[in-house]
Amino acid sequence: MAAISVRELSKSYRIAVKRPGLRGALGYLLRREQREIAAVQSVSFEVAPGEIVGFLGANGAGKTTTLKMLTGLIRPSAGQAIVAGQVPFERKRAFLESITLVMGQKQQLIWDLPALDSLKVNAAVYEIAPREAERRIGELAEMLDVSDQLTQPVRKLSLGERMKCELLAALLHRPRILLLDEPTLGLDVNAQDAMRRFLREYNQRHGATVLLTSHYMADITALCARVLLIHEGKLVYDGSLAGLVERFAPYRQVRLELARAVEASELRRFGELETLDGLSAVLIVERARLTETVARVLSELKPRDLGVSDPPVERVVGKLFLERDLAAKLAPQSGPGGSQ
Amino acid sequence: MNGERVARPNPLRRAYVKARALCAASLANMLEYRAEIYLWVLASVLPLILLGVWARAAESGAYPRSSVEFIRYFLCVFVVRQFSFIWVIWEFEELVVSGNLSHQLLQPLNPVWRFLASHASERLVRLPLVAAVLGLCFWFYPRALWLPRASDVLAATALLLLAFGARFLLQYMMSMLAFWSERAAAIEELWFVVHLFLSGLIAPLDVYPESVRRLTELTPFPYLIYHPVNLLLGRGAPFERAALVLAGWGGLAFVLQRWLWKRGLERYSSMGS
Repeated sequence: MAAISVRELSKSYRIAVKRPGLRGALGYLLRREQREIAAVQSVSFEVAPGEIVGFLGANGAGKTTTLKMLTGLIRPSAGQAIVAGQVPFERKRAFLESITLVMGQKQQLIWDLPALDSLKVNAAVYEIAPREAERRIGELAEMLDVSDQLTQPVRKLSLGERMKCELLAALLHRPRILLLDEPTLGLDVNAQDAMRRFLREYNQRHGATVLLTSHYMADITALCARVLLIHEGKLVYDGSLAGLVERFAPYRQVRLELARAVEASELRRFGELETLDGLSAVLIVERARLTETVARVLSELKPRDLGVSDPPVERVVGKLFLERDLAAKLAPQSGPGGSQ
Repeated sequence: MNGERVARPNPLRRAYVKARALCAASLANMLEYRAEIYLWVLASVLPLILLGVWARAAESGAYPRSSVEFIRYFLCVFVVRQFSFIWVIWEFEELVVSGNLSHQLLQPLNPVWRFLASHASERLVRLPLVAAVLGLCFWFYPRALWLPRASDVLAATALLLLAFGARFLLQYMMSMLAFWSERAAAIEELWFVVHLFLSGLIAPLDVYPESVRRLTELTPFPYLIYHPVNLLLGRGAPFERAALVLAGWGGLAFVLQRWLWKRGLERYSSMGS
């Protein structure tokens, strides 16, 4: 049975439309105008137990709304979600004990107390025996490398330490399903790396299912073999990360070590100039024109060295997010689980 | 969830473990905010100001209580008010508006228990300063010093607990309006005006006309301050009626709260939580 099963899930909101200024304020008092926003539209996918899946999308694409529907914080407008064998919005005890939601921008730890105090409360709430709770705290603190920070007031911790303690609190009841919304938001590179290592280890050790949203592509590339791409509320891709790059990045990166200084305008004749730093240049060239362009570059510029590679994933996804008509472009080719 | 748990079949034991953990954390948290709590205590000296006014007015003999009785009355009002003051509406409003209620909704524990634990522990933190202020007042008014009978203290405590429960339920019910309005706490201002006049906070209800007094007896207000204070002063109080009225209002608030909670969660959900 799938750990997460989503069928035709939709959520729409009615939001007030208010014009600026005094006129707008007075007008709003007399006549309230509302607009319906389709935040999530007929999204379907399944996540197998133990799988780590990346959930990608631009701001406002519908990622967080979907995660909140999966945790039962939001009732879907249509469709159905089954998580850990339960309907989330019913919020039954068995469901709440099976899941956790970590939101990078929100905290559950008590601000003025050491994290250990919050952990003790969580242990009592989830009815974990004191000795077992102590054992789990020790194990998780060691994995997260925060053993010394648990006795310091949360407000005195660095952002990275705080996030690790938040994660510890969220995992104390050993949930089978982890829903992570930007868990590395605002962390420095080392802290992000530590968090990724921890999540991988936790997934391997406990067989937990992870659905992860992140703006840091490094999180996705390090953890997720499979990604879901949501755009304007619609699921537009469900497949491997490599497949996403292959499909949505119809261009290659051509790195040049030039033999002589060349003007940027001259380089732009061969493709999009990404960087030019002295004698080093990077061009973005359409895949269809790669052979022809490389041949022209070699004959006309005679570079000392030339290398061709895939563009970085963040660039690919960044460009994807900028595509206004992405959903329309993809509609004939992709569907849930079938776009690889 | 895997692993060893506390004894599942014993709900009382489980409730005790949770209550102890919640109260311990709340008390530790309240101790961090002790300076703020002490300022609240000092900010609630209105009865001590009224004490002077009424004690002087009573010297004319135009009121049903003597000067000393007025001093004792307002000293008791000061103490009783420390324990019947409820602030759940402000905390709940903040949680809803900031979206931080979400974390609590994801745990298998109704958020109300956390609020109750906070209120209980905050009372404990207040105690030392309340005792100090009381000591200071008796130093100023040594003629007002008296020792209430143990049975009166017991009866007043029981009534105060009932009043606390009813008042908490009423305010918690009103807190649910936070799901619809970002300024739900404003309703508490309206409540406070009525409370000020009908609870016995600014004057003992026996100085009011009989018709007004009879009307107030059907509301929860006189049982929040006036009657517990009268019990402490050894003047007695209609305990059965108090229990009935408070249970009625508390029960009504509970039913309404459950109804508003269900609808409120739908609303919270549609706000994007």
